[in-house]
Amino acid sequence: MKVAFYPGCVSKGGCPELYPATVKICEKLGIELDELEGASCTGSGVLQEKDRLLGDVLNARTFAMAEQKNLPIMTICSTCQGVMAQANKRLTDPDHPEYLEEVNTFLKDEGLEYKGTTVIKHILWILVEDFGVEQVKSSFVRKLNDLKLAPFYGCYIVRPSWALDFEDNPDRQQSLEMLIEAVGATVVDFEGKTRCCGFPILTINEKNSVSMVAKHTSTVQELGADAMVTPCPLCHLNLDGYQPKARKQSGISIHMPILHLPQLIGLALGFSPADMGLERHIISTDAITKALKESNPV
Amino acid sequence: MKVKLDVGRFNPESEGDKSFRQEFDLEVEEYYTVLDALMQVRDYEDPSLAMRCSCRASICGSCAMKINGTSGLGCNTKIVDVIKKDGTVKVDPAGNLPVVKDLVVDMEPFWSKVREIKPFLQTKGPEPQDEYIAPQQAMLDLVKPVGCIMCGACVSDCTVLEVDSNFIGPAALAKASRFIDDPRDEMNAERFAQLNQYTGVWDCTRCMACVEVCPKGVAPMDRIMTIRDQIINAGIKNTNGARHAEGFASIVKRYGTLDETQLVIKTFGVLNPIVALKNIKALFGLLPVAYRALRKNKLPPVFHHKIAGVSYIKNIFKKLGA
Ligand code: SF4
Ligand code: SF4
Ligand code: FES
Repeated sequence: MKVAFYPGCVSKGGCPELYPATVKICEKLGIELDELEGASCTGSGVLQEKDRLLGDVLNARTFAMAEQKNLPIMTICSTCQGVMAQANKRLTDPDHPEYLEEVNTFLKDEGLEYKGTTVIKHILWILVEDFGVEQVKSSFVRKLNDLKLAPFYGCYIVRPSWALDFEDNPDRQQSLEMLIEAVGATVVDFEGKTRCCGFPILTINEKNSVSMVAKHTSTVQELGADAMVTPCPLCHLNLDGYQPKARKQSGISIHMPILHLPQLIGLALGFSPADMGLERHIISTDAITKALKESNPV
Repeated sequence: MKVKLDVGRFNPESEGDKSFRQEFDLEVEEYYTVLDALMQVRDYEDPSLAMRCSCRASICGSCAMKINGTSGLGCNTKIVDVIKKDGTVKVDPAGNLPVVKDLVVDMEPFWSKVREIKPFLQTKGPEPQDEYIAPQQAMLDLVKPVGCIMCGACVSDCTVLEVDSNFIGPAALAKASRFIDDPRDEMNAERFAQLNQYTGVWDCTRCMACVEVCPKGVAPMDRIMTIRDQIINAGIKNTNGARHAEGFASIVKRYGTLDETQLVIKTFGVLNPIVALKNIKALFGLLPVAYRALRKNKLPPVFHHKIAGVSYIKNIFKKLGA
């Protein structure tokens, strides 16, 4: 399978371990990456705060680039995925074709035009839908059956449902759990899995943001989780990077490693923790590495 | 069809542990709503089950509750749409409000926040001789926020209220937007000043939970985003929130993608001594974070590169006046 790869800013910025981990697992799984070099930021919902049309124009530009290549876009961030999906719904609204026309007038100078055909999928959905759990599993060489893992989706890949096509793709709402089971680990289910990590208000109301980190990480710790798994690097930034502050603020001694989804898949595919950049996390992943040593080959 | 209702109950009169779960095995019709099923329990199984309801048609707003962990109206949620594979539907009282008994919550914190935003038209000059004339379009724009039935489903699911009960919350903010956008109301400056404060519009995480659960399409978060923009356009830019929104846009305009380091600098107003001083604690708080990131070799690159075609991005911004 070939995709137009949209890595997003964070996989090369605040979570630099995510980009190489993704490239490695895609190579192994046979996902050919054609990176969208000239694509802009999605606006991540912040730009849309000020000007929704502006955000939609920027995203239409990216969709047009993928359309020219005749490839689906693959994202690796819940926020990028959600913001793009919302934009694409507005741009392809059959009741308002004039909107796409208006948006396209801003792309003309660059010689671009979006026709409305681009499909946008997070790697999480590609693995579950385009590959299918069984096929992904057939590439695994390690069984991580000693691990108990809690899913954490990130807001925009679960809300708003009008943008996410759950009716046609009902697995999307369990996709993370399905992959945790596929690697042989046990799912630690909790209601917080679809809540907010707090990242968007980190620099605005740090106390509340950090309270969210403390709440989710301590809840799954109490439920016996060894780590959390997330398809969203922004959630990772907060849950991992601000866990030391969460520990201090809440007075609870939390230690909860946070894995990017591609890292988890990579470990099952046989990559070493170093290959997956696990040593670059703020919260030590030693317990995972140890469990890995004791894990069984498939 | 068969359904197992798994109800979170709370009895203030019982000794010790006042909350417990109780399951009811019911035979219900295909067209039953969650509220229908609960009423069947109350009428035939356990008359002590406390709940609120009146209209049974999503009008009165009294039956908000958590259904399988997500807030909504009992009377417009059909059992067939929410029944889990194992045949159960989990019902709990609305969140973020104190439970009085079973599914009945104390709505006072909800109402007091709505009252805080002064939910009525206020004018400054002398009253007009006849009626207030408002353009048709202005009234049409208000249709969504006016549609709020004050059910509290949005408040029940708000992720900020889960950690901070001081946040004014989605329902009150949506109500505020209803008056801000009403051309007859003349208190925008006062309203902006109030909502610009801590616990106001900037505290929302943009999690979309309120948009998702609102049964009336009010989309409180969209209203909150509009107020944020109105506040900035009114020239009130003295918050980290406003600096964050403006900083974000200026970085994307210049580079095409986001540079996290520059965004932090802009948000905390590092280049403006007065602002920076106000944020001094937060700035010092960043030091250990940055140090930890440095040690793990994960600080973002110092020089942020512009994407190919960034001049086109800049032009798009310009054309849209951003
Ligand atoms: S979008 Fe904002 S107001 Fe709405 S539920 Fe989330 S945090 Fe609360
Ligand atoms: S905004 Fe929607 S969910 Fe919130 S109180 Fe009003 S009707 Fe209910
Ligand atoms: S009973 Fe009136 S809204 Fe549900």
